[in-house]
Amino acid sequence: MALTEQEILAGLGKIVNEITGIPAAEVTPEKNFVDDLDIDSLSMVEIAVAAQDEFGVEIPDDQLKHLKTVKDVINFIQA
Amino acid sequence: MRLSQGAPGAKVLAFGGYQPADVVTNEDLAKRIETSDEWIQSRVGIKERRVAGPQESEIDLAVQAGGKALAASGLAAGDIDLVIVATCTLEAQIPNAAARVAHRLGIAAPGAFDINAACAGFCYALSAASDAVRTGSATNVLVIGTEKLSQWIDWDNRAVSVIFADGAGAAVVVPSETPGIGPVVWGSAGDKSDAIAIKDRASFLEQEGQTVFRWATTALHPVAQLACERAGVDPAELAAFVPHQANLRIIEAIARKLGADNAVIAKDIVLAGNTSAASIPLALSRMIERGEVPSGGLALLLGFGAGLTYASQVVEIP
Repeated sequence: MALTEQEILAGLGKIVNEITGIPAAEVTPEKNFVDDLDIDSLSMVEIAVAAQDEFGVEIPDDQLKHLKTVKDVINFIQA
Repeated sequence: MRLSQGAPGAKVLAFGGYQPADVVTNEDLAKRIETSDEWIQSRVGIKERRVAGPQESEIDLAVQAGGKALAASGLAAGDIDLVIVATCTLEAQIPNAAARVAHRLGIAAPGAFDINAACAGFCYALSAASDAVRTGSATNVLVIGTEKLSQWIDWDNRAVSVIFADGAGAAVVVPSETPGIGPVVWGSAGDKSDAIAIKDRASFLEQEGQTVFRWATTALHPVAQLACERAGVDPAELAAFVPHQANLRIIEAIARKLGADNAVIAKDIVLAGNTSAASIPLALSRMIERGEVPSGGLALLLGFGAGLTYASQVVEIP
């Protein structure tokens, strides 16, 4: 059964918090990883690897660079 | 036909390291390219690095480090019968570095060959040295990692110019009744050969940072753990973990997953940058000099880099 947006958002919030220390509550769909959350490209790789372990969906580097917002990642995982 | 008889084991008798004199700080780089001290420190963890001038070659760096290791070992040049140089930045491809370095150090007629496994080169060379001693192909081996990366870098390309540097490190490997160099775990991932490359003679070094970061932070801790397992050593028993000094965030990520809870983690990159095959012996020689690691303790080495290649083994600290 596909995960809901809320379930993925909760999982992403936990992952972002573990990797960057940013509170999970700040990880909301409209947030831009670079501009709003100040997350750099290497932390994005760590987030992608952790998301793969959590949701079973691989996010390759050539796709990762197009995922600018939290919503973009949710959509990618749901697709 | 007979086979030669070697020693039961091999060990490192001494390490030595050498850095060129010229310091390049992050502020120096920020005058030339769009970057900052804060950006560099947060991405790669480097504060400053050393660069050799036009008068100092990768051969000169190797002679300095090799000479220091030899002096620290107490052996004479004439005691060495094999010289192995790990390098991927030779300016002249012919002749090899090992014969030239041996001659400069006064080592007469040793076996002499180079190894190119990029940043993993020192661990490959150390394994070859250990095997040579154990099979009887050599008695005392001088192993050197040396790199002059500065001559292969476009200093206007901030993806690489903030990372790489010059230096050399060396080890003297001798016979031992008990094992002082553990079994090597090595391998490669040639499907990612484009990730770090100098494509041709007219090109500079290029690196796909995210690809390398993902690989290094996910594929290598099992290699390090296997090297411990094959040596019969629990990671918690390690006195030191000396991974290739690629990027402080990679070092910290691998160390976290390794479980080497009692080990001093090498962070020589902060003041040395990424010196490829030189980084592991350079880092460990400085940790020994500063008294940070105990003689007789166990250090886990983990080299990884272009190829992609990797190699890891446990060594007893001299």
